[in-house]
Amino acid sequence: MREIIISELTQAMHEIARSFARFLPRLAVMLVIVIVGWVIAYSLRAALRSILRLLRFDRLSEHAGATELLQKAALPSSSELLSRFVFWVAWLGFILVGISFLGIVGVQEHISGFFGFLPRLFAAMFLFFFGLMASSFFSRAALLAAVNADLPSPRLISSTIRVLIVILVASMTFEELGLAEHTVLVAFAIVFGALMLGLALAFGLGGRDLARRFLERRFVHAEKDEREDELSPL
Amino acid sequence: MAEESILTDDFLRELMNVGEVDILVGVPTFNDARTVGQVVQAIRAGLLKYFPRQRAVIINADGGSKDETQELVRAASISDLQHGSNLPALRTLHCISTRYSGPPQGGNALHTIFAAGDLLRASACAVVAADSTSIEPEWLDRLLRPVTRDNFDLITPLYRRHKFDGLLVRNLVYPMSRAIYARQIREPYASEFAFSGRLNTHFLSAESPQYGESGNEFNLLVAAISGGFRIAQAFLGDKTRLDQPPSDLVQAMRQTVAPLFGSLERNFPYWSNDGQPQPIPAIGPVPELNLEPLRINRKRLFQMFTHGVSELRPVFEVILSPTTYAELQRAAAKSEDQFSFKDELWVRTVYEFAASHHKEVINRDHIIQALAPLYRGRAYTFLVENRDASSEQVEENVEGLCRTFERLKPYLLDMWERK
Repeated sequence: MREIIISELTQAMHEIARSFARFLPRLAVMLVIVIVGWVIAYSLRAALRSILRLLRFDRLSEHAGATELLQKAALPSSSELLSRFVFWVAWLGFILVGISFLGIVGVQEHISGFFGFLPRLFAAMFLFFFGLMASSFFSRAALLAAVNADLPSPRLISSTIRVLIVILVASMTFEELGLAEHTVLVAFAIVFGALMLGLALAFGLGGRDLARRFLERRFVHAEKDEREDELSPL
Repeated sequence: MAEESILTDDFLRELMNVGEVDILVGVPTFNDARTVGQVVQAIRAGLLKYFPRQRAVIINADGGSKDETQELVRAASISDLQHGSNLPALRTLHCISTRYSGPPQGGNALHTIFAAGDLLRASACAVVAADSTSIEPEWLDRLLRPVTRDNFDLITPLYRRHKFDGLLVRNLVYPMSRAIYARQIREPYASEFAFSGRLNTHFLSAESPQYGESGNEFNLLVAAISGGFRIAQAFLGDKTRLDQPPSDLVQAMRQTVAPLFGSLERNFPYWSNDGQPQPIPAIGPVPELNLEPLRINRKRLFQMFTHGVSELRPVFEVILSPTTYAELQRAAAKSEDQFSFKDELWVRTVYEFAASHHKEVINRDHIIQALAPLYRGRAYTFLVENRDASSEQVEENVEGLCRTFERLKPYLLDMWERK
């Protein structure tokens, strides 16, 4: 009996030693991959930072209104943030590749899922950034047009356009990421509908007098104004 | 090489039938049926009276009129003349009407006329606006004679204007272009002008194309200045139009200020050098200003200025320096009686806009649009300051503004080169 126990224990010890001997090279390979991955990710970050600086990405981001958002959240500049993001994504990718070498059962599937998710993540980021740019451009265009047309509350018009575009872009981004698609869709519909209803009520009831004055000025007194304004800019 | 590619095949065939000419007169049109007949008749009369021995052609470049403008041009080119009955026709006077490709913009029409002039090897060309109801046959002589006889390369017009007419030109375009290019051209955006074949070829064969959708007349002027061509100004008379002038200020700024700012980009090596302002010879009498009283809504200009300064804060913070914007805010906070948009502040504002346009801090068209409310403030000050001013006093005030633009030119250079 005693001999059997000793034999089993010895066999188990041998098994552990064999497993450890099999695992050790894999661990070494993983460590090498992680270290090489870090070097590559770091180089990638440095290269991307230089390219973005060359392309004046921060200015583009300023135009898009992204810089303002980042400053409010006490985050670094857009180019720095994007460089860091690429660094972490690249390094995480290498770490996961390294982990896959360890041969742990069930991990492989999650790793494939991560790499499958990357294109969608980048597409979502692209969508969000250019969506912000579009919202900034169109809200500024609306502001300028409203001021030059002497419309009341130009900033309200401009902000409304910005908010609408940002909501639309955010919902598209979430849909691209596959995060709570139905919830986001319903939330978007509710917010958009509520905003439109609110605007309709505000303009129809709350801003009744304002609307009347505005319409009168546009259609009843416009002719008089034009007659008075006989100046030619050219 | 001529720009045949922008000319349609039919138009090319018609030009080839005409052959080489000495004089080409271009008439850009777009829905000008009410006036174009009268203008073409005046051009024909002018050519037959003053240039009977020259081979001449009238080219109508139309933007796709829906009111039979082209048919009226063709009819006017063969009808009896109203401006004189005994004019001898020593040469065939050709008249071609063509529909240019692209949207109906003045720049495309001028480009077509320039290309046709180059192809026909015209030694002198003129452009006449289709809505110039005050045109006389003598205009052709005053515009074209200095080119054909005195070897001038560009003739810009001088008109007798009301003292409050052309405020954008008086307060921005003329003083700034004079300070930048050191030439005293009173009508940098002329609707009537003449030019030599030499200048036309030079303009069209430039390495980087200088023609665009608008402002081609100004680009031709800049090409003449930077190329060292001979320029003169000719007095034409009163400038009246059938309709009220365009009241869309933003559109007017897009057509004038945007090409002016754009030209700074292309011609930086030329204008960045010091150059003393050079007077341009004027042919004919010096025009006096029309001082008839006008009913003007100044209050609305002031309100739109103050409204613009407060509402466009996020835009101005990007375009203007903090000092200039703070000064503008202080000025806008004053009451209508006390408000004055001083020359120096106006010039610094315009120069900062030009530098921001160069650096493209935001979309360039947005920069031009943002200048409109500030211009309204300046126009208000001009109207108040010159309400009871005589012709000489108005000229003195404009001259003072020009000198401020010239004095502050180093400020523009500094802003231009600053990162």
